[in-house]
Amino acid sequence: MKNNRETLLSVRDLRVAFGSRRRRFEAVRGVSFDIYRGETFGLVGESGSGKTTIGRAIIRINPVSDGEILFKGERISGKIPRALDHRLTQEIQMIFQDPMASLNERAKVDYIVSEGLLNVHRGLSEAERKKRVEQVLRKVGLLPEFASRFPHEFSGGQRQRIGVARSLIMEPEFVIADEPISALDVSIRAQVLNLLAALQRERGLTYLFIAHDLSVVRFISDRIAVIHLGKIVELAETEALFLHPLHPYTRALLSAIPMPDPVAEKQKVLEVFDPSKMDRSGAPQLWAELEPGHFVLGTERELDDYRRRLF
Amino acid sequence: MNEPILSVRSLDVRFTLRGRLLRAIRQISLDVYKGESLAIVGESGSGKSVFTKTFMGLLDQNGFIAGGEIFYGGADLAKFKTEAQWRAIRGREIAMVMQDPMTSLNPLKSVGAQITEAVALHSRLSSSAAKGAAISLLADVGITQPERRFHQYPHEFSGGMRQRVVIAIAMACRPKILICDEPTTALDVTIQAQILELIKSLKAKYDLTTIYITHDLGVVANVADRIAVMYAGDIVELGTANEVFYDPRHPYTWALLSSLPQLGVKGEELYTIQGTPPSLFAEVHGDAFAPRNPRALKVDFVARPPWFDITPTHRARTWLLDPRAPKVEPPAHIRKLREEGAKLREK
Repeated sequence: MKNNRETLLSVRDLRVAFGSRRRRFEAVRGVSFDIYRGETFGLVGESGSGKTTIGRAIIRINPVSDGEILFKGERISGKIPRALDHRLTQEIQMIFQDPMASLNERAKVDYIVSEGLLNVHRGLSEAERKKRVEQVLRKVGLLPEFASRFPHEFSGGQRQRIGVARSLIMEPEFVIADEPISALDVSIRAQVLNLLAALQRERGLTYLFIAHDLSVVRFISDRIAVIHLGKIVELAETEALFLHPLHPYTRALLSAIPMPDPVAEKQKVLEVFDPSKMDRSGAPQLWAELEPGHFVLGTERELDDYRRRLF
Repeated sequence: MNEPILSVRSLDVRFTLRGRLLRAIRQISLDVYKGESLAIVGESGSGKSVFTKTFMGLLDQNGFIAGGEIFYGGADLAKFKTEAQWRAIRGREIAMVMQDPMTSLNPLKSVGAQITEAVALHSRLSSSAAKGAAISLLADVGITQPERRFHQYPHEFSGGMRQRVVIAIAMACRPKILICDEPTTALDVTIQAQILELIKSLKAKYDLTTIYITHDLGVVANVADRIAVMYAGDIVELGTANEVFYDPRHPYTWALLSSLPQLGVKGEELYTIQGTPPSLFAEVHGDAFAPRNPRALKVDFVARPPWFDITPTHRARTWLLDPRAPKVEPPAHIRKLREEGAKLREK
């Protein structure tokens, strides 16, 4: 339905495995999705589901064992030319989860923020570099004089802003935000979410937002993919997913979200995902579109079930 | 309501840090009632963990109780001096579940040995009886095949299972009060829901009083009968869960609820609290939240607000409730919550 949209990133049948042949573990088991330019794509799953691995595969930290990743139509997985690798460093950036662990404790903010620039723009003058650091710090709501300080002098929220500044200074088109707010306090979360949203409006950024907390993902994402044990089980536009969650795993995840509403919370019935109740006849798993833009993984029999639920 | 099981009176806790004095808890008074589930909510640094640690004598070396009383079972815990005195309370009367199950278990000892240790330390059971007790504890917290699991090590357990083990250890001596300090923060949402269910079922089964410490208002809504909102070492609002969620009165509670992404509308700015919490090294004048409160009154910067009762169970520490105060309307989000709350109450 959104055919007029430009596909920025395309993940095709991605597999990522760790370990040697004898103790091989496949963390991502055949994942495909497209991310359109300017949208926020939420990737939701529990720890161990492979969501972070996908993010790291896109930014080329984890090698891909099968399948491919296309960015603006170009393959960026596996062996790629050096020039392209260089360009990707600038165009794709990542914001990490824990602002306490992801900043170099022994470097000043000035260096932390501009380290990426030094690699990509070799000929940058010192004055120009300083100017860009100053600009980006202002942009994320920090004072330019913070540049001469060390990370330990900042609060968690400020540190996460430094992390955002570090990726923004590269002027990326695509930002992978891996649980950017889960380590932050409630009141600070709102600040970082607002900042991400404002930057998206201003610069037309595209986000891959990785999180385990569906309530936050709902607020920020246009479309959401739910991942379970290395496979995407459901993908839909945000409101469609919340309106008609179809896959039992998605339903369990949704029912478990704690809502800040005591009456609703105390009446709520937990849905528990029981893999043994799934179709185990060995029938092939299909990836089907049950309403426009709403995809679910299941066997023919399960899909019939979901269709009935929908209508 | 039941009688209080624990009464805190004007508690003052301080820390000495590099020669300076930090006032972590500033004159808190609170009654915890028998059999209730109380949630203490606040941001990191608000003092919520320090506050409950004083009930078990677990303050860090540089911390001390500078004044006030903590009455429990006819004794004043604030006057306790020796470890021997505390040993009679810890585990047996008041027990604690810590946040991170990855670090609160000993990786070198089997799970069974760690639970047996807790059982044996506090009772005079023979070793085989202690083992039996440990196995039934494992079964109690929902671990299947407890006899086999007994001999396994923490690394063989998932995060949720480990937290169940931590709860089993806390329950080993049948405490009367269970303090849960961010019990599910390190866990996945589905596991989180199961752990909360477990704690609730143990509470019902063993007639426990539970105190939750958390910053997650969703968790609070799920588990709490009553809520205490903490800010800068003080409780600023106290009430039943419905009162605090549907009719909050303190501007800090307003701000906290307004900034939740769950209540936000996509495409709109979330409400954010400006500024940072005050430094507790310096004396706090007036209402500690005033500098960050866009609706602050002049008096907020000068005099510390007293408690104002809204209902017999609901009170808040803000000058807005003084009869002389001007009418200040809460933010839009809160008015909406209030309307929804009124509708729910009609049902």
